[in-house]
Amino acid sequence: MADDPVLFKAISDPTRRLILDELTERDGQTLFEICGRLSMKHGLGSSRQAISQHLAVLEEAGLVITRREGRYKFHHIDTRPLHSISERWPMTREEPRS
Amino acid sequence: MIRIHVTSVLVDDQAKALEFYTEKLGFIKKTDLPAGEARWLTVVSPAAPDGVELLLEPDTHPAARAFKEALVADGMPYTQFAVDDVQAEYERLTALGVTFTQPPTDYGMVVVAVLDDTCGNLIQLVQLTSTDGG
Repeated sequence: MADDPVLFKAISDPTRRLILDELTERDGQTLFEICGRLSMKHGLGSSRQAISQHLAVLEEAGLVITRREGRYKFHHIDTRPLHSISERWPMTREEPRS
Repeated sequence: MIRIHVTSVLVDDQAKALEFYTEKLGFIKKTDLPAGEARWLTVVSPAAPDGVELLLEPDTHPAARAFKEALVADGMPYTQFAVDDVQAEYERLTALGVTFTQPPTDYGMVVVAVLDDTCGNLIQLVQLTSTDGG
């Protein structure tokens, strides 16, 4: 559970949760697209630098993975770290996993 | 009255740029004159042959390529063109082998997409879907 503080800090911020929402809607976005979605769809006034820092926090928590493709850089969501939450506090009525 | 008559994109190769901007994007060549080591090379939209010219300008300044590469890495277009239907252009250009770093994205008032012009630039296509502000 050593990584928990990083994970919970990452999802504690509403802007970072919005970034994860947008990556869930369409995975694999440039920084420009993420900034555009936050400002155009959600009216956020965050600077590109601020969004970049949010992405760094998400990346540190393992929730976002960046992929270089040639000269471009794309951001992908990875929800695997979230599994540790349900493993720590299992849902009692959850059907057994195979 | 002051007017905009030319705007420019910094391209790594003028001949390649002319081919891409005419044969793929659909502009037409307007002016092609020798200008020192390079050419004064402009294209216009067929919808406005006497309108604003786009100058395909060499990116030979030492700072230009670093600037362009930094923008491309973050997916940022520095130039944008208007189209009637972003989705249709996306499909037409993709079929022609054009790479998009951002597929059509609907922001409500606008639909945008971002393509690579193969000359070191990302270009945003914009379709205005509403002019009433909401």
